[in-house]
Amino acid sequence: MDAVTRRRFFLASGVVGGSALVAGAAKLSLGGLLRTASEASGREDHRKTSKLVIVTLYGGNDGLNTVVPYASSAYHAARPELAYEPERVLRLDDALGLNPMLKGLSSLWGEQRLAVVLGVGYPKPDRSHFRSMDIWQTASPSGPTSSGWVGRWLDGTRAAPEAAVSFEPMLPPLLAGESRTGACVSIGGLKLPPGLTADLVGALGRREPNESELQARAADAYANLIDIDQLIRDAEAASAAPPTTVQPDSPATSTGGSNILSAQLSRVAQCVEAGVPTRVYSVSLGGFDTHASERLGHEFLLRQLDQALTSFAGRLSGTEAGRQVTTVVYSEFGRRVRANASDGTDHGTAGPVLVLGSQVAGGLYGEQPSLTDLDDGDLKATTDFRDVVGTLLASVLQADPARYVGGGYQPTMLPFLARD
Amino acid sequence: MADELALLLRRAGFGPTAAELAAAKKAGYEATVAALTAPTAPDVGASLAPVPVLGPDPFSGLSHPTAAQRATASEERWEQTKRLTRWWLDRLTVADHQTREKLWFFWHGHWATSVRKVMRPQMMLLQHQNLRSSLDFSVMAHKMITDPALVFWLDGESNTRAAPNENLGRELLELFMLGIGRYSERDVKAAGRALTGWRIDYDGARSYFNPAWHDNGAKTILGATKNFHAHTLVDFLLKQDRCAAFIAERLWFRYASSTDPIPKSTRDAMVASFPHSMSMLRKLFEDEAFRASAGKLVKQPTEWFVGAMRHLGLRPGELSDEMSTYVLNGLERLGQLPFAPPSVEGWPAGVEWLTVGAAQTRLNFAGRLAQLVPAQRLTPEDVAHVLTIETWTNRTYAVLKATTDPQRLLTIGLASPEYLVT
Repeated sequence: MDAVTRRRFFLASGVVGGSALVAGAAKLSLGGLLRTASEASGREDHRKTSKLVIVTLYGGNDGLNTVVPYASSAYHAARPELAYEPERVLRLDDALGLNPMLKGLSSLWGEQRLAVVLGVGYPKPDRSHFRSMDIWQTASPSGPTSSGWVGRWLDGTRAAPEAAVSFEPMLPPLLAGESRTGACVSIGGLKLPPGLTADLVGALGRREPNESELQARAADAYANLIDIDQLIRDAEAASAAPPTTVQPDSPATSTGGSNILSAQLSRVAQCVEAGVPTRVYSVSLGGFDTHASERLGHEFLLRQLDQALTSFAGRLSGTEAGRQVTTVVYSEFGRRVRANASDGTDHGTAGPVLVLGSQVAGGLYGEQPSLTDLDDGDLKATTDFRDVVGTLLASVLQADPARYVGGGYQPTMLPFLARD
Repeated sequence: MADELALLLRRAGFGPTAAELAAAKKAGYEATVAALTAPTAPDVGASLAPVPVLGPDPFSGLSHPTAAQRATASEERWEQTKRLTRWWLDRLTVADHQTREKLWFFWHGHWATSVRKVMRPQMMLLQHQNLRSSLDFSVMAHKMITDPALVFWLDGESNTRAAPNENLGRELLELFMLGIGRYSERDVKAAGRALTGWRIDYDGARSYFNPAWHDNGAKTILGATKNFHAHTLVDFLLKQDRCAAFIAERLWFRYASSTDPIPKSTRDAMVASFPHSMSMLRKLFEDEAFRASAGKLVKQPTEWFVGAMRHLGLRPGELSDEMSTYVLNGLERLGQLPFAPPSVEGWPAGVEWLTVGAAQTRLNFAGRLAQLVPAQRLTPEDVAHVLTIETWTNRTYAVLKATTDPQRLLTIGLASPEYLVT
């Protein structure tokens, strides 16, 4: 399987086929990259490097109804119609429990493969979806920054375009650097205008002798687009894909993100298993903006999330490559403690971040925010999200956290990946 | 000679039509520079796209809006913003005085302010008009320092004697007037104090000075100590040698090369015409280094789109609502939605526009634009003529030869590396 897959990559990028790419400094073909890895530089195997999967929940997930402070009377008083009874939650300890929809995550908790970081947020919370999501993705609460933290890591490590891949419809700011960006791979296949084939676009991506460096770089982008798409297709073909079902739309308003999380995650699993050299994957689930009639919609989404994450985690635990993967789940903010008049909740602040995988030391991290000592009706964050980001940078990507978190912030390392 | 003229027209405006290029070739380089930078005839094209009347901010008059009122008003603001953006794209396309329109686009990127934070399209339009009414940089700097959108964007409103906020002061020094590293942190703090006291009247879409919020004490900035306030600070910065040099460097970066530094002789020639920005631009266009800068810039997405509209004989103002929305989304995906720069640093440049994600977006965007052109017979040579490309590389020519479908030919032409780089 191993050798077959590699050979596919060589063929796909034209290295074996004889039409060797004109590789300038800026352009290293993927086939070449794999060859470099497998033959020249000490047999590095991409199945052995640690990888990060970032799951973004768009719309503001209700943290209090995800990791439920079931024992708190303030919780029940603030949202009588929305609160979960203690006997329904899936207990984590004598104060907190998972939403009853999160059965799969509850078993991961039992296997100590789920870490829950509590009360994660940032100073001076912004309640705009777009601004707050921007803050999380750029790791810059102080002001707008044009690069995401993964993007800065791409810049800083001079990473190849396939180092970070998004299976979302649009490249998230997270993966945008100043000089490099991750690749956006369409889950439904590469979308091209009518009549334009991948071969034609690939041909447009050939460098020409004597053209300016910028013009050559413009060509490279087309070649990379086709190469990366091919790489992913080959990874899919090489692995036995479980049938993916497209989930129906959820009832909440769209604020970005995709509703086919399980399909996205199964692409990730295929790539990981096939040894694709991607280190960071970005996937998402949208619809968490539950301003009204929250119970039904939120449970629907959490069930989807639970199923997608659980089958992903189960599949990954079966291979060595899969066991190198750490998955993190976050949303731009939690929701208000008190329910609104429409049995929903408005935009809030801090929320839990979930981290799962074979490398994870399961358990609770940080402190659950107080439900009585509120900041104008909202939870006070107890953990800065940049500590989570910094820990992932250091432990999964082996990168200097302060350098890529940016803004002079010195992240505190959280021990959720300290598993031996 | 011909190549130099094509380069000049591409850089000075949003993409010359074949007819404009032919006329310029007849007139010669010097005469074309003069005509571009000092047009004499009235701008008939621009009169087709008059400044839109947006109407009042839908939030004004709502003192305690309900969630439903809020949602309706936000939606209305977004509609107004779309109308404003669509108008500007139309104006950039139809204006005859391309060099002036391009220069205003440059200044938008220089004083980069985003509607995403400002939220009120009325304030963005006001800033736009402030820029339009001041081609002289000193007039512009004075207008900008109290411009409501800029003040709001950089938290000038919360900059008070009691609680100074240095955001606006810092960017004034770093990004607008001197350039990074030409001042100390103490200068930043003092500049911030000089700018205290400016407030915004949202309903009136204007700023006003409240002396009670102003720090009236002495401030030391770049070695000079006095009771600086907003306008005396701007006057003082305008007199710094660095200021003129910095503006020359920024123009070079957007008009000549985003990678090579400006040669000293070019900068000196431009500085001599400071603060009149069109004259600085003229000096740049006449400079040998500019004339030798082919291949050093990547078209910004707005330049690419507006150029395509001009070349294909289309108008953004005449697109269907569906297509208009596609265009705004497309520009956003490419990373350049006018009135919404990603940060106060303005737009990216060079290879930053050439990402894999942008490549995918651009191909489909080009495909959609090509669909708007009625089908006819086209050859690769015709496509070069329409898009004013001098010659195709063998690579692109081979790809073009693989099809005879006119829409496909145009799509490939619009997406080609040759069309993306000037």
